[in-house]
Amino acid sequence: MNLMDYIVAAPEITLLGLICFVLIADLFIDDENRVRTFWISILALGTMLLVLNATAPDARIVIFSGSYVSDPLSQILKTAAVIFVAIAFLYSRDYLRANEIHKGEFYLLGLIGLLGMMIMMSANSMLTMYLGLETLALSMYALVAIDRNNVTSTESAMKYFILGAIASGCLLYGISWIYGVTGSLQFHEISVAITADPSLNSLPLWFGLAFLIVGIGFKFGAVPFHMWLPDVYQGARTPVTLYVATAPKLAALALFLRVLVDGLGGLHDTWAAMIMVIAVLSLLVGNFVAIVQTNIKRMLGYSTIAHVGFILLALFVGTEQGNAVALFYTLTYVVAAAGAFGMIILLSRRGYDAENLSDFKGLNARSPWFALMMMFLMFSMAGVPPFVGFFAKLNVISAVVDSGFMGLAVLMVLASVVGAYYYLRVIWYMYFEDAEDKAVLQASTDTRVVLSLNSVAVLALGIVPGWLLALCIQILG
Amino acid sequence: MDFSQHLLSILIWLPIIGGAALIAIGDDSDSSSSRAGLMRIVALATSVVTLLFSIGLYVGFDNAATGMQFTEKMPWVDSLNVFYSLGVDGISAPLILLTTFITPLVVISSWDTIKNRSAQYFAAFLILEGLMVGVFSALDALLFYVFWESMLIPMFLIIGIWGGARRVYATLKFFLYTFLGSVLMLVAFIYLYGQTGSFDLFGFMGVPLTLGAQKYIFIAFLLAFAVKVPMWPVHTWLPDAHVEAPTGGSVILAAIMLKMGGYGFVRLSLPIVPDGSEYFSGMMIALSLIAVVYIGFVALMQKDMKKLIAYSSIAHMGFVTLGLFMLWSFDGGMGAGLGITGGLIQMISHGLISGAMFLCVGVLYDRMHSREISDYGGVANTMPVYAAFMVLFAMANAGLPGTSGFVGEFMVIIASFKANFWYAFLAAGTLILGAAYTLWMVKRVIYGEVANDNVAALKDLNSREFIVLAILAVSVLLVGLWPAPLVDMMNVTVEQLIEQVGRSKLWQAAL
Repeated sequence: MNLMDYIVAAPEITLLGLICFVLIADLFIDDENRVRTFWISILALGTMLLVLNATAPDARIVIFSGSYVSDPLSQILKTAAVIFVAIAFLYSRDYLRANEIHKGEFYLLGLIGLLGMMIMMSANSMLTMYLGLETLALSMYALVAIDRNNVTSTESAMKYFILGAIASGCLLYGISWIYGVTGSLQFHEISVAITADPSLNSLPLWFGLAFLIVGIGFKFGAVPFHMWLPDVYQGARTPVTLYVATAPKLAALALFLRVLVDGLGGLHDTWAAMIMVIAVLSLLVGNFVAIVQTNIKRMLGYSTIAHVGFILLALFVGTEQGNAVALFYTLTYVVAAAGAFGMIILLSRRGYDAENLSDFKGLNARSPWFALMMMFLMFSMAGVPPFVGFFAKLNVISAVVDSGFMGLAVLMVLASVVGAYYYLRVIWYMYFEDAEDKAVLQASTDTRVVLSLNSVAVLALGIVPGWLLALCIQILG
Repeated sequence: MDFSQHLLSILIWLPIIGGAALIAIGDDSDSSSSRAGLMRIVALATSVVTLLFSIGLYVGFDNAATGMQFTEKMPWVDSLNVFYSLGVDGISAPLILLTTFITPLVVISSWDTIKNRSAQYFAAFLILEGLMVGVFSALDALLFYVFWESMLIPMFLIIGIWGGARRVYATLKFFLYTFLGSVLMLVAFIYLYGQTGSFDLFGFMGVPLTLGAQKYIFIAFLLAFAVKVPMWPVHTWLPDAHVEAPTGGSVILAAIMLKMGGYGFVRLSLPIVPDGSEYFSGMMIALSLIAVVYIGFVALMQKDMKKLIAYSSIAHMGFVTLGLFMLWSFDGGMGAGLGITGGLIQMISHGLISGAMFLCVGVLYDRMHSREISDYGGVANTMPVYAAFMVLFAMANAGLPGTSGFVGEFMVIIASFKANFWYAFLAAGTLILGAAYTLWMVKRVIYGEVANDNVAALKDLNSREFIVLAILAVSVLLVGLWPAPLVDMMNVTVEQLIEQVGRSKLWQAAL
């Protein structure tokens, strides 16, 4: 171990330092000036972007005795995670203040969660991955419960915690089996061991693999491990939902790519079948159940499950193209999800959550601009061109067709037609119905600007998707 | 800057930019304010300038040239090998002209009839115009698909926001039906992309395919285009959408959007999967004849004027698909060209006539807020000028010689005589049916005694309505009396198409 190692791992180390600083600084800030914690956190995230930029790896660097990796994949995921955590903080600030839950812990836990995500993205061994995962998971459990007097929040936090603990247990159990069979915790060594001795590819390893997939499926929220997701999305206060729905998806993707592709890529034939089943189930359950939802947070929860189905189908293919489009899909989906939850926060105000679909009725009369923005986001999620969601879906379908799964491709497009219905319903409520809630939108200028940019981004990325796609292919190609 | 190099891009993006500008100007609750005035002027100016640019397309179009003209090509998404590739030939150029011609008329006709959110209304139409021109000029399958699908968005909003009582049901049905039809086309495109390595339409046309693959691709295309045309039995969205849509929406829907289906068959189905098309041509002819005959009877029974015209649209579009798919029913000779040219002319002519018919109904609806035939009677007594126009368009709809409706249908019927007596018998018999439902409607609405006090109080056309209907009447007569320019425009392309379709892809695929 030498000094260079610490420079490569500078992003995580800096973030840890900044977290300690925020923690201490927040002690000296009283409730009236809590917004300063927000600005300090934003500054911290800005610093993180600089640090990440300064330590950008040209190639794959493995340090700390093979337990930490820094490569272009970790770089893009970390950068995106930092940006989305910052966006989540910004959208949340006014809401938290209005609802008197504006506590320093929100930002602090958010940053600790980010640290967990970054560790996951750079993990090169099962244990590093597990540590990152637990850091993220524990801060998310606490975040969901941040409004401790709210019954639904605490209930969903409890559910999340118990199910999450079981999933973590499964993951750890799976890790122990993999370790037992291959004799290593490092992804690269596991992969070498499997290639070197084909006889390892047998029942004990598959047994461990199945448990790993349970854990990964839980983190993604894939059917049948999705039970927590709609409850947490609905029960958590909207800023927390926004946080849970965006950056951690990137971490989940990292988890998949590191564990199943880097580590157990040799078992692709074995895990592909399992992934396909849960992906198809996610696609169907997500889209069909979302239709009947009346709570928009819950609806977006089920829609997430459907999107996860798409991401998993891209990963299921197992080609470089498939992995690259999964990255593209996840990044662009997170952009749209951030915008959609931001929009719910925008419509909320003191003591009032705009969490029912009917709260969107007549938005076009209240604010034509934000109705237009929400329409962009919904059409993007539905996969209608020219929005970026279309290109994301196109790429995944293309990867699936290239691998010869024509029937699967047909199923995917039919599922998106089903999915189109509930996104259209939001647009229908905004444009074709009269407003029930006529209050003027309250949001500060910076939130409005960022939310508008966020929503216009789904159109802009749809018109010029080439560079991002090329970047994803370059990273995972 | 040489405009002719980018003429198609201008025709696509100018209206879209104009639409964005209208959204930026925004609505004013006071419809006589200066902002509302500015908004209307921007809308009209954009559509008229687009029309003027499109005259350049007509003037610069070389009737004798084979292949695409006004082409533009630049990379769009490198990693997928997608190009922003545009061009027109004798099939698409007339349809683009139709689009740029109809849109200003729609803007003028809705000048002050739309009271609520008129800026958004005009913006939707302008953006729609740009996207429709995009569909007709795209030479890259993915670009085509992007325009094809995004077109649904403004139409969805037009029907949903400004439509009638059951607008939500109608617009959701419209969107989901067409979306469902289109997504399988996307899968077919992706399959072809896998075969050729790009989304270039000419690449698709050249790639050898086995009959099995061609059958699947044909069915995927068929679902997309049959829903749009619409063909029996997937036509049910159309009467709903038409009845609920505002007048302008009905006009665009009938005049242009339905043509996308016919255009898709000509541009994609026939040249890309010629053997698949041949395999299914019998079925296509049968479906077309069902549309022509059965839907004609359905139209006869309608009580709602818009619904009647909607059903008559389905029947008339049946002629288009009939003309296109009779291609294989001839033992050589010129029948094939006649059928396809007839189908194409029928598309243009139906665009003009159905647009005019919906505008006529719109004029009455604006005054009485009813589309029920039984609410009217004796309109000719109070609105003589209007009645003259209505009768003219009704005659054109029935295929009276001298109007544009005659040319296309006549060519298709002549072709069908060469193909098979029974096709001709059924198709020609429908001319009588078409005359029956259209003229019976006219009789009940226009002639007779003044039915009630509301009709007695009707005012005749104002100058704005007169101009719109007069322009349409002139063009209907012009195409009817002197179709040569239109036919000349199409001739070379149609010949090329027939040659292309005649080249089976099977022997290559077998190698």
